[in-house]
Amino acid sequence: MKIPMTEYLAIDLDREMWECRCCGHVIQSARENYKKGLLVYDRNPREIHKPLLDTTKYQRSFAPDPAWCALLEYYCPSCGTLVETEYTVPGHPPLHDMEFDIDALRAQWKDRPAPASVEIPDDDERIRKLRETHAH
Amino acid sequence: MGHTDNQMKAALSADEQALLDTFLEENSLFYGPDPAIMRDHHIGPRTEVEDALLNSELDPHALNLVRGRLHAALDETYDMVEQMGTAPGAKWGDLVTAVYTATGDLSSISPKGVVVFSGVCHYPLKFIAKYWAHDPTVGLREGDGFIHNDSRYGNIHNTDQSMIMPVFHEGEVICWVSSTIHEGENGACEPGGMPAAAESKWDEGLKMPPFRIVENNQVRRDLLTFLQNSVRDPKLQYEDVKVKLHACLRLIERIRSVIAEYGKENLIACLRKNIEDVDVEVRRRIREMPDGTVRTHAFIDGTLRENVLIKYNLTVTVKGEHMILDVRGSSPEFTNRSINTTLASLKTCIATAYLLYIWPDLPHNMACFSAVEVLSDENSLLDSSFDAPNCMSLIPLFKSFTLPTIALAKFMYSCPTRYTAIYSSHFNQPYTFIYGGVTQHGEVTGNFCADINGNGGGARENRDGEHAVAPCFGYMCDTGEQELIEEELPVLRLVAQHLTKDRVGFGKYRGGLGYEQLITSRDAGFWGFMTGGTGSLHPSAYGLFGGYASPVYTLCKIREVNVFDTLKTDPRSFKFDLVELMNEQAIPGAKYGAYDMGMTFEPVQEGEVYMICQGAGAGYGDVLDRDPNLVIRDLEEDLISHETARALYHVVYDTDSLVLDVEATRAARAAERESRKRRGKPFDEFVAEWVRPEPPEDLPYYGSWDDPTRIYAGQGAGRVVMQRGAVQGVMMPNPKDVRIAELEAQLAAATAGRG
Ligand SMILES: [Zn+2]
Repeated sequence: MKIPMTEYLAIDLDREMWECRCCGHVIQSARENYKKGLLVYDRNPREIHKPLLDTTKYQRSFAPDPAWCALLEYYCPSCGTLVETEYTVPGHPPLHDMEFDIDALRAQWKDRPAPASVEIPDDDERIRKLRETHAH
Repeated sequence: MGHTDNQMKAALSADEQALLDTFLEENSLFYGPDPAIMRDHHIGPRTEVEDALLNSELDPHALNLVRGRLHAALDETYDMVEQMGTAPGAKWGDLVTAVYTATGDLSSISPKGVVVFSGVCHYPLKFIAKYWAHDPTVGLREGDGFIHNDSRYGNIHNTDQSMIMPVFHEGEVICWVSSTIHEGENGACEPGGMPAAAESKWDEGLKMPPFRIVENNQVRRDLLTFLQNSVRDPKLQYEDVKVKLHACLRLIERIRSVIAEYGKENLIACLRKNIEDVDVEVRRRIREMPDGTVRTHAFIDGTLRENVLIKYNLTVTVKGEHMILDVRGSSPEFTNRSINTTLASLKTCIATAYLLYIWPDLPHNMACFSAVEVLSDENSLLDSSFDAPNCMSLIPLFKSFTLPTIALAKFMYSCPTRYTAIYSSHFNQPYTFIYGGVTQHGEVTGNFCADINGNGGGARENRDGEHAVAPCFGYMCDTGEQELIEEELPVLRLVAQHLTKDRVGFGKYRGGLGYEQLITSRDAGFWGFMTGGTGSLHPSAYGLFGGYASPVYTLCKIREVNVFDTLKTDPRSFKFDLVELMNEQAIPGAKYGAYDMGMTFEPVQEGEVYMICQGAGAGYGDVLDRDPNLVIRDLEEDLISHETARALYHVVYDTDSLVLDVEATRAARAAERESRKRRGKPFDEFVAEWVRPEPPEDLPYYGSWDDPTRIYAGQGAGRVVMQRGAVQGVMMPNPKDVRIAELEAQLAAATAGRG
């Protein structure tokens, strides 16, 4: 059974592996940091958040200071999807952000039906229905 | 201490000991905040009455009617305060009314109200019940009203003032009610109630532990005069005490009619059941989550006085129905800076994040957080001491609305049920103008602009964030009517609510944009502005699952010119756009400058222009997954530039017609995915060359690095390292002294060798 854990990552409970949800690439043991199976790029944050003010006139320009802000981009090595971004301080150890108990996860899903596409409460839809109920 | 106590105990007889105990009990020198109250955020145990009622046969229909009546009363009193309140915060929705159980647990708030405001009142309320109710010089009677604002006794910051009243029935307290407004002015060292310049708690203005200002439903004029005498805006202080009192009185009236109609039993049972039902449901929802640990952190880039990097560390662990939030390893407190927060305020804001972004369908009370435990370092930024100033606690507190949202998203994504769409970060800094001075009507005032309520929403897993929609701490607040503001204040907005093109968190779904505003002063006696926000070097609101953060923000000024003269003589030289104005520098003789978002109070001359943006929400998902048609729509709506559409989203289209080239876009995005694979490095290789054992030496860094038990403070030779359990406050040098030392060094270097 494959459990979707984020927009781009699933855990395959049978193989106990992190997987890319876009291309099915097997990334890393689910008992380890998934980042170990991804590619990392130290992106200059000013390439994403570009200076809007003339940097010859001003020190501050709506763009981050690369000495104070690093932006790590994690890519799937197979399909190149940007799986996660990490805003941090230059040289700060990347976070082991998700560490799940795989045995507990298996036990939790033992009696659940296989994950289908989850229904997201649509706010507009909910408000429309509420209005209908109150209308009569 | 213990040694001496034991010696004394050995020498005292039982009678003497009893006498000593009674003496000590009756003769406290000072009733400070009680840690037994302030460090406990859990709902209390049932009273005997509650227990008997909840074990009896209850009529669910009657309970539902009581709940409906209470909600209607809370809604009604919210509207009363909003219509009658004098504070800008009251007029634009920064307020709440609430009802509590007899023992002081928050049971329900006004549906439109700001959750955080009532989420703190149970602390002073429990203080009143524990200390004042039985004190012969104070007591607790029908018709009493207690005022309160000191966050060390439970509050967000001391610019919010509350009125708290017991509701008596048959001679006993049956429940409590409260009304809270963000008042603004409070007599602090800077006008407006949020002084970034405060260096001690004595600089922060009124610090009211709960005290009785209302007797027999009447405001005591002597005490009110003392409060008016302590602030810059005596009219505000006078009117809003009365507004809050009358909201409470209306609530009490409605509660009495509920008792008359449904009986006190149904009221008591309803109030308690509101809380217990939420607690049970929250535990069930935590059990739905996978067991494990999610780690996250945020960096704050300043204290509002200097640029330093401050870590807010958050590790969330779920096991069964238990959830632990561990903020240890965060920065130490700043002894002489105002951005510290008490632990109780922190917990209330995190709980509010749960109600706004994680489980918005739950009834709004504090039981949503009762199942959660919080671990913190004492004397840290997030669990500051009694002596640390905290009037700008919003700086870390605003992060507390978004950091748990990011962490919890990683626990909730796999759950079989969604209670709301997964949400990226709402913008999370208090960007607005705070002002003070003498108005065109000759009145002294100080307060803040309601633009703090115009933050961009975060992107969700299924749609873009909304523009300038709400503050991160509430959802029904407005940004104010400029015409009304101009009637009262000498403040003119030259540009209002102009969306911040290209300043947003990009992603598969983008955040909602903030807006630019350009303001100036006119017809004032004396006038000045301040701003209190961070996020000018390091972004404030981070993205989720590949989404990018909000950008950083810059405070811009055009000074030493009267823009009203320019508008008269050469109107075309004035561009109604922040970026154009700043880059063209078209006004002759004007001094243009771009600065950090934190500015202490600064006097302003008529016609000088100050410009800020409301922040944007963060993005969700990979930019290359964004529907190219949505990118075209962003171009049509002038939300992004062609450069962003092409370089970031890799969309190909005709520049003039904006007609999308689907095939070329697909090819451009495939090419970008390939170039990502070429430039990315394997993780272990990257870590080996990039990671440092300690924070960069020249970076003023506060907080842990990889090990949360080792906490760094400072830079270079002055850096200290503290161990968990021994965290101490950090004293910062005066920024002016730092600047003088720099200039003296430059001067010495320049004149060296001249003999
Ligand atoms: Zn992939």
